[in-house]
Amino acid sequence: MAEIYSDLIPRVCVHLSVFFYVSGPESDIGGKRRAPDRTTTTTKIKKKKMSQQTVNGVPSRGKVLTLDNMNPNVKRVEYAVRGPIVQRAVQIEKELKEGVKKPFSEVIKANIGDAHAMGQKPITFLRQVLALCSYPELLEDNKFPEDAKKRAKRILQACGGHSIGAYSASQGIECVRQDVARYIEKRDGGISSNPDNIYLSTGASDAIVTMLKLLVCGEGRDRTGVMISIPQYPLYSAALADLGAVQVSYYLDEDKCWSLDVAELRRSLNAARQHCNPRVLCIINPGNPTGQVQSRQCIEDVIRFAKEEHLFLMADEVYQDNVYAEGCKFHSFKKVLFEMGPEYSSTVEMASFHSTSKCYMGECGFRGGYMEIINMDPEVKAQLTKLVSVRLCPPVPGQALLDLVVNPPQPDEPSYTTFMKERTVVLADLAEKARLTEQIFNKVPGITCNPVQGAMYTFPRITLSQKAIDKAKEEGQVPDMFYCMKLLEEEGICLVPGSGFGQREGTFHFRMTILPPTEKLKVVLHKISEFHLRFTQEFS
Amino acid sequence: MRTGSEGTSWDLTTILSKSPLALPPPPRRVQSEATGVVQKMSENGVSSRAKVLTIDTMNPTVKKVEYAVRGPIVQRAVELERELSEGIKKPFAEVIKANIGDAHAMGQQPITFFRQVLALCSYPELLNDSTFPEDAKSRARRILQSCGGNSMGSYSASQGIDSVRQDVARYIERRDGGVPCDPDNIYLTTGASDGIVTMLKLLVCGEGATRTGVMISIPQYPLYSAALAELGAVQINYYLNEEKCWSMDISELQRALDEARRHCNPRALCIINPGNPTGQVQSRQCIEDVIRFAAKERLFLMADEVYQDNVYADGCQFHSFKKVLFEMGPEYSNTVELVSFHSTSKCYMGECGFRGGYMEIINMDNEVKAQLTKLVSVRLCPPVPGQALMDLVVNPPQPGEPSYENFIKERTATLSALAEKAKLTEQVLNTVQGISCNPVQGAMYSFPRITISAKAVKEATDKGQQPDMFYCMKMLEETGICLVPGSGFGQKDGTYHFRMTILPPTDKLKILLNKVKEFHQKFTQQYT
Repeated sequence: MAEIYSDLIPRVCVHLSVFFYVSGPESDIGGKRRAPDRTTTTTKIKKKKMSQQTVNGVPSRGKVLTLDNMNPNVKRVEYAVRGPIVQRAVQIEKELKEGVKKPFSEVIKANIGDAHAMGQKPITFLRQVLALCSYPELLEDNKFPEDAKKRAKRILQACGGHSIGAYSASQGIECVRQDVARYIEKRDGGISSNPDNIYLSTGASDAIVTMLKLLVCGEGRDRTGVMISIPQYPLYSAALADLGAVQVSYYLDEDKCWSLDVAELRRSLNAARQHCNPRVLCIINPGNPTGQVQSRQCIEDVIRFAKEEHLFLMADEVYQDNVYAEGCKFHSFKKVLFEMGPEYSSTVEMASFHSTSKCYMGECGFRGGYMEIINMDPEVKAQLTKLVSVRLCPPVPGQALLDLVVNPPQPDEPSYTTFMKERTVVLADLAEKARLTEQIFNKVPGITCNPVQGAMYTFPRITLSQKAIDKAKEEGQVPDMFYCMKLLEEEGICLVPGSGFGQREGTFHFRMTILPPTEKLKVVLHKISEFHLRFTQEFS
Repeated sequence: MRTGSEGTSWDLTTILSKSPLALPPPPRRVQSEATGVVQKMSENGVSSRAKVLTIDTMNPTVKKVEYAVRGPIVQRAVELERELSEGIKKPFAEVIKANIGDAHAMGQQPITFFRQVLALCSYPELLNDSTFPEDAKSRARRILQSCGGNSMGSYSASQGIDSVRQDVARYIERRDGGVPCDPDNIYLTTGASDGIVTMLKLLVCGEGATRTGVMISIPQYPLYSAALAELGAVQINYYLNEEKCWSMDISELQRALDEARRHCNPRALCIINPGNPTGQVQSRQCIEDVIRFAAKERLFLMADEVYQDNVYADGCQFHSFKKVLFEMGPEYSNTVELVSFHSTSKCYMGECGFRGGYMEIINMDNEVKAQLTKLVSVRLCPPVPGQALMDLVVNPPQPGEPSYENFIKERTATLSALAEKAKLTEQVLNTVQGISCNPVQGAMYSFPRITISAKAVKEATDKGQQPDMFYCMKMLEETGICLVPGSGFGQKDGTYHFRMTILPPTDKLKILLNKVKEFHQKFTQQYT
C-alpha cells in the first residue's frame, strides 16, 4: 500500500519542471512570466488538496486514484469554452427551472459556436438523406426527392452490409474520401487531391489531436514545441498540455485586425528554440476566436517561413465557408502552397482540417470531419493509419453527413433550389450579424471590436478600470472572468473570458458567438452594452 | 529514440554510435534522428533534406501501438477484395472478414424500432408521418426536446445528454436488481473504446519504477495493449486458464501483481466479461474474488461489460461487477473504485457505426471526477446520434407499447441465432484434429487453439512471421477467410490460436467453418 504514495513527492517535482515549459496562453514564452489566472488555479488546487483528507469524514486519501496521483498532464488541461463559466450557466438554468428569481428569464449561451442550439435550422437535404440512411425502408417513400434517395443509396452501398451500423474503414468510408478529394480539387481550382491522403475524423478536434500526437517526441530541451496563435482556440493548448508538448505562443496583431506577422512568428520561434524543439506551426483561418481572414500574401509568407524553418504546418480551416467581409476571400493553404511551385508543394508537410460543425450546416452533434495530409512521409502515414485503427472508425452518420457537405445537390437535381436557398439564407444572416455586432459594440465607450471578417465570433477588447481589476484579484479571479461572471449573473448572458484564449498581458477581451437569431442578437448586444456601462460606472 | 538535445554539439559519429538502428543507417535517418542544430546545417540541401516528421522523429509511444484486429492481415484482406473486384483470379469468390465483431457487415439487420427513432430524430418532419408507430415518435420527441434547439446537430453536454444519462441510470438499476445508480456518475462516450482510453489516461502517472502498471488478461482485446503503449503505461499480463474454459484465477492475478511490483506501480485491474476474444462468462464467485483482490491490493477496477447481453451457454449468467460489489456490503461498495463500460456496438443491436457507449464510475474521488469532466469537455461531446441510440438501448419499447412485440421478436431472433452459432462453432471446430475449442459461453468470438507443427513454425520463423500469423495469412490467401492470429491478443508461449467471429449468417458460418477445417487439415499435411 505504501508504494502508492512513497514516490509522490519526487514525481510532482519532476513534473513541476515541465510545468514551466508548458506555458499557458497568458504566459510569455519560456514561462518567464505567468498569468494571474493560472496562479489562481494553482492556489485553488492547493487549497483543495488540504481539504481533501476529510471528504465525507472518510479519509479520501484511501482512494486508489486521487488528484495527487492522477495523470499530471490531464490536470494541466484547460478548456475555457466549456469551463467554470459554462458550468455556472448550467447551474443558473437549473435554478431558473426550479423557480428561483433572477433578473432575466433565460440564459443565453453565446459561449460556443453551436448553431442549431441557437435556432439555426438544419439543411433539409442533409437531414433527408440521413433519415433515409438511418431507416432505409423510407427509400420506398415517395415523399423524398430522388437526389436524396440517390445519395442515400450510394452511401449505404459503401457501408458493410449496407448499414450505417457497420464499422467503416478506420480512415473513413472510401467513397466519402473520394468525394472529399473531388471537393478539395474543385475548391482549389483543380489542384489534385488523393483520397488516400484524406482521413475522416470525429469532428476536426479528433484529427487535430491525432496529428499533434504523432508529432510529439523528445524530452527536456528536445521536447517538441508547437506554435499556436494567441488568441487561440483552446483545444490546442489543452491538447498540448495533455501530450506534454511545449506551447510556443505567437501573438496576432489586434491593431491590424488580428493579422499574422512573420516577424512575430520569427521572434516567437527564436525565443522557443532556447528551450524546446519547435516543429509545428498551427494556423486557424478564418480565425477563432478572432474572426480575421488571412490574405493570400500572408499565407504565402507563412508557408515560406514554415519551409525555411522546417516546420510542419497545421491549417485549421473549419470556417472556410464563413467569410463575410468585403474584399476578404478564403484561400486554402493547400491551394497557395501548390501555386508557389514544386519547390514548396513537393516539400512542405501540411495537414488541413475541416468539419461538418461550422459553415452553413452547423451540424456539431454529428461529429463529422476530415483532414487532408500533404507531403507526409509514407512511413509516418502508415503509423497514422495504424493509430486511427485503434479507435475503429469515426461515427458513420457523421461520415455520411460529411459526404453530403462535400457533394451537395447539383443545379440539375430536384433539391438544388431549396438547398441553395437555405444555404444562402444562413450565410447572409451570418454576414449581417457579423456587421451588426461590430457596429453596436464599437459604439460603446470602453469596447473596441475588430470587424468580424469570418468565422462565428467576435473577440472585442474591453477596458477594465484598475478598481475592477483589484476587485477581481480580491475575489481570486482573472479580471475578464470576473467581468463575464458578473455579466452572467446579472444578464444571463454566457460569454467566454479572453483569458481562456490567451491575450496580451494587460488587455482584456471576451468571445461571443454571433449565432443568435438577429432579433435576439440585438437584445444580447444591447444588454452587454448596458452592462458594460454599468460595470464601468460601478468600478470607476 | 532521440539521442541528443538541441544546442549540444552532437557530431555524426556520436549519433551513429548511439543510434539504436541497425547498421548502416540510411543517411536520411541519421539526419532526422538529429536535432534542430544538425537539421539547420543541412538546410541548403533541399532535396536530400529530411521531412519534419519522420519515423525517427515521431512520437515513439505511437510507434509501439499495435492493433491486430485491424492489422496487416486485414490490410491484405482489403487488397485481395480489390484484386477480386479487378477481376484477378483467386481460389475463392469473396473475402469473408471474420476478424471483427461487426454484426451488420455480416448481414445482421438493424432493430426496426431503433432505426425508426433515429430517422425521426434526423428528419423531424417525419413526426407527422402516420406510418411511424407512436412509441417511436414519443421517444424521438423526448430525445429532441433534450437537444439544444431541438436538433441532433447541436453539441450536447460533454458528459452526454442529461435525459439519456438518466435513462442509463434507470437501466442499470433495473439490471442490478435495484442497486441505485446516480446519473451524475454516467459519462456517455464515443463507443466503449473512448471511455476505456479516457479512464486509462486519468490513471497514468509516475516514472520508472513508479510508473503506473495496468493488469490486463492474456488473451486480451488489443485496445488495452494499444492504449497502454500509447500512454507509456506498463502492461501487466495475467493469464486466463485455457484448460478451465478461460477462467480467471486469483493466484495467477497475485503472481502477476507481485512480479510487476518489482518494476512498476500496479494501480488498475482490467476485466473483460463476457470475455473478448475468449468468450468465457465469469461466475459470480469469481467476480467476488476479483473484487476482494482489488480491495486488498488497492487496485482500480475497470470492467469491460460490452457483451453483457451476449450470454449463450446453459448455466451461465451475466453478473455485473457493480451488482456483485454492492451485494458484498458497504465495506466493499463504499471503497472499491470501479468503472464499468457498455456500448451500442455489441449485444443484439450491433450498431458499431454509431459509436455509442457509456461508462459508470463508482467511488471515484470527487476531485478526480471534476478532472474527468474537464478532460472530456475538450472533445466537446460524443456523437449525438450515438447518444440517441444509447438511449433507445437502455429504454426499449415496453409491454403495451405498439413496437414491443416486434422489438422482442427481432431481439430474440438475433440472440438465439447467436447462441446457435456459438454451439455450432464449438462443435465443428472440435471435430478437427489439431484444433481444440472452448465453449463460446458468451460474447461474439471463438478463440480455438491450433496445433502448428515444428516444420510450419520453422517456415514461419524463416519468413519473419509469428507462426499463427503465417497460418492465418496462408488461410486468407487460399480460402479468402480473414481471421486474427492469436498473437495479436497474446497467448501462452508455444501455444497458437486465432480469433474468429461467430457473426456470419448460420449457412455462411457452416461453409466458413468447413473451409477452416479443410484448410487446417491441408496445412497440417503440408507441414508434417
